[in-house]
Amino acid sequence: MPDYALNTSENTRRRHIKEVRFQWVGRIAILISLGFLALMFIAISVRGYSVFEQTHIQLDIFFDEAHLDPSGARDPEMLLIADYKPLLTTALQRRFREVQERREKRRLYKILSRGAVFALGEMVQKNPNLIGTSQRLWLPASAEVDLYMKGKVDVSLEEELRRLKNKEINWVNQLKAQGQIKKKFNTRFFTKGDSREPELSGILGAVIGSAFSLLVCFTIAFPLGLLTAIYLEDFAKKTLLTDLIEININNLAAVPSIVFGLLGLSIFLGVFHLPRSTPLVGGMVLALMTLPTIIIAARASLRSVPNTIREAALGLGASKVQTTFHHTVPLAMPGILTGTILGMAGALGETAPLLMIGMVAFIVDVPQGITDVATSLPVQIFLWADSPEKGFVERTAAAIMVLLSFLVLMNLLAVFLRKKLQRQW
Amino acid sequence: MMSIRIIAASLLSLGMVVGPSGLAAEGLSGAAVQVSNRDHIKIVGSSTVYPFSTVVAENFGRTTRFKTPIVESTGSGGGLKLFCAGLGAHYPDITNASRRIKKSEIDNCAENGVTEIIEVKIGYDGIVLANSRKNPKLEVSLRDVFQALAKNVPIGEGGLQANPHQTWADINPDLPSIKIEIMGPPPTSGTRDAFVELAMEGGCNTFPFIKALKGTDKAAYKALCHTIREDGVFIEAGENDNLIVQKLNANPDAFGVFGFSFLDQNIDTVQGALVNGVEPSFERIADGAYPVSRSLYFYVKKANIGQTPGIAEYMQEYISDKASGDEGYLADRGLIPMQPAEHDDWVDKINNLEPLTVD
Repeated sequence: MPDYALNTSENTRRRHIKEVRFQWVGRIAILISLGFLALMFIAISVRGYSVFEQTHIQLDIFFDEAHLDPSGARDPEMLLIADYKPLLTTALQRRFREVQERREKRRLYKILSRGAVFALGEMVQKNPNLIGTSQRLWLPASAEVDLYMKGKVDVSLEEELRRLKNKEINWVNQLKAQGQIKKKFNTRFFTKGDSREPELSGILGAVIGSAFSLLVCFTIAFPLGLLTAIYLEDFAKKTLLTDLIEININNLAAVPSIVFGLLGLSIFLGVFHLPRSTPLVGGMVLALMTLPTIIIAARASLRSVPNTIREAALGLGASKVQTTFHHTVPLAMPGILTGTILGMAGALGETAPLLMIGMVAFIVDVPQGITDVATSLPVQIFLWADSPEKGFVERTAAAIMVLLSFLVLMNLLAVFLRKKLQRQW
Repeated sequence: MMSIRIIAASLLSLGMVVGPSGLAAEGLSGAAVQVSNRDHIKIVGSSTVYPFSTVVAENFGRTTRFKTPIVESTGSGGGLKLFCAGLGAHYPDITNASRRIKKSEIDNCAENGVTEIIEVKIGYDGIVLANSRKNPKLEVSLRDVFQALAKNVPIGEGGLQANPHQTWADINPDLPSIKIEIMGPPPTSGTRDAFVELAMEGGCNTFPFIKALKGTDKAAYKALCHTIREDGVFIEAGENDNLIVQKLNANPDAFGVFGFSFLDQNIDTVQGALVNGVEPSFERIADGAYPVSRSLYFYVKKANIGQTPGIAEYMQEYISDKASGDEGYLADRGLIPMQPAEHDDWVDKINNLEPLTVD
């Protein structure tokens, strides 16, 4: 409410203008940063959303016994090494009878993904009864056909400048006219590990790798950080030594992450001979990195518990340990957990230390445990961004979307804990 | 209040219980991995060979009973260092290299007990000088490339001066009068090594007095031929070749130095300059006419064959016609295959598991 008595002086008017101006500067700053954030999200989403659909081609496949298992023994070993490619070539041949020349047949075969062969192999191994039957199947198309179906091939370019030639486009259009090619939801992207064929690659291996690393990181950093914070805050006497430790912890929080990677390389791999490229070592390195963050957050929230609570507990006869673990720590826990989650979110987005300990590797199999070789989400983004094949452009963007959604989820959890559980004194 | 306490206590106890016991288990299994043999092949090395090795590894893993090999991209030098660090499951079985192993590296290997190394040549890779399709294609000689990029260039017969060339036309009036701007890999990269050795040194050798210097003062020769100018004309664009391609699209006057496979994948937007009148095409690199091409290799520890399952079979897959042959799947990825006679030679060597001899 304006105060008319004071509003008359020139000085007041100027101060008022200053205030308004400052508020606008603040608003513009927020607007600009939000604008950049929105730009980033939009740019990534526009590139990445197309991954959620994948082009498939419908073919009638005859699982020819003469090709797959001439002996009829259905030996799993034999079914694994059997050649499934002829099933596809014959199916394509029957679909496009006009293609006769050898070179052209090879080109025709390439509209299908190499993964189509693997898919057939997996089906037969799961269900050997398929042998001898004919099935109408949706099989993955090659990355180039997929890009064309998503409108990412510039058809107006001269033919020789395109990786997908007029012939292939013609075949695809024929399939399209018959409804035998269509985009389906891309389950593979969420259920498989990495692949060098863009259309076969998935994010699951990296997600699990990240999850294992974070699990190791949490089980090491959380108890260590919490106990350190409790001791320093509630038990240790203030001496020169504790001051020194405090300064060092604060310094450690500012050390660049690559240094922790080098430490991991020389200590965990060099001295302890722990297995290279595994979430175990990755998690240990990340734990070193998040430890100072957790200690600092935990100390701050322990400090914010009013001393009256401690004094009341001590006054009623509780021991110091009882006071801490029955009263102080539970009351500080929301703050501690918020700090921990933010620290873990930082660890999730970390690449540099993982480069040093060999987690930048091509790994097809989804890791089963913390001692299996694995990559992590940010490393997967790095690897895909570096791949020559065009199909990986959208995959890189989609992987960034997955990583960002995990980060947003973790931050939301932190906000939720702070809002719901934090006590006001 | 009660619920916070329960959550907090349970989280804390979880942390305390899982922490130590989990660690103990990890420690144990970690040791176990080290003592027993690995069930998968471990490959390190060159980032140029990485895209090819990973394709072979994936195919190998999917079509045999063996596990998919793990391929790590460490650079040729870094890979050989890891490879030569010792025998046993803790060290890699195979290392990729975009150059031949050096004598010093063989010695280092031998010191650590890695005495028998099998060399496998997989094919060739061309290094291209490319620009955006928005501008006309460039036609240069190696001499032009050297004069565009060297720190010091010859003046007259025998004299040297700091590189004065600012536009291509300064070097050679036939070239366009646009500013020289070349993006390429940093010195840690094998592509950079090969580019310097093949293109720069090749151009350098067209000056007779510099060529003569090679015999008399090798250090001065190397300093002259291998040093790239540092006045901002050559821009180190990092190891990510996709990034260079994108920058070329944004700046049609700039050129980029990268491997043929990236040109092959981006042929709709960029074009390779003719070097000494030869187009950087699949055929011309394969027949050896294109001057800036190098051989790609991988090295295998003979002692590990039979220890780590699948090594011999992986080598067979790599050298098979369906992979590295004329129409193999690696050719689709931009690897330039060897001529059939040379390919057959290598198949023989691998079948006999002939170890590398120091010469």
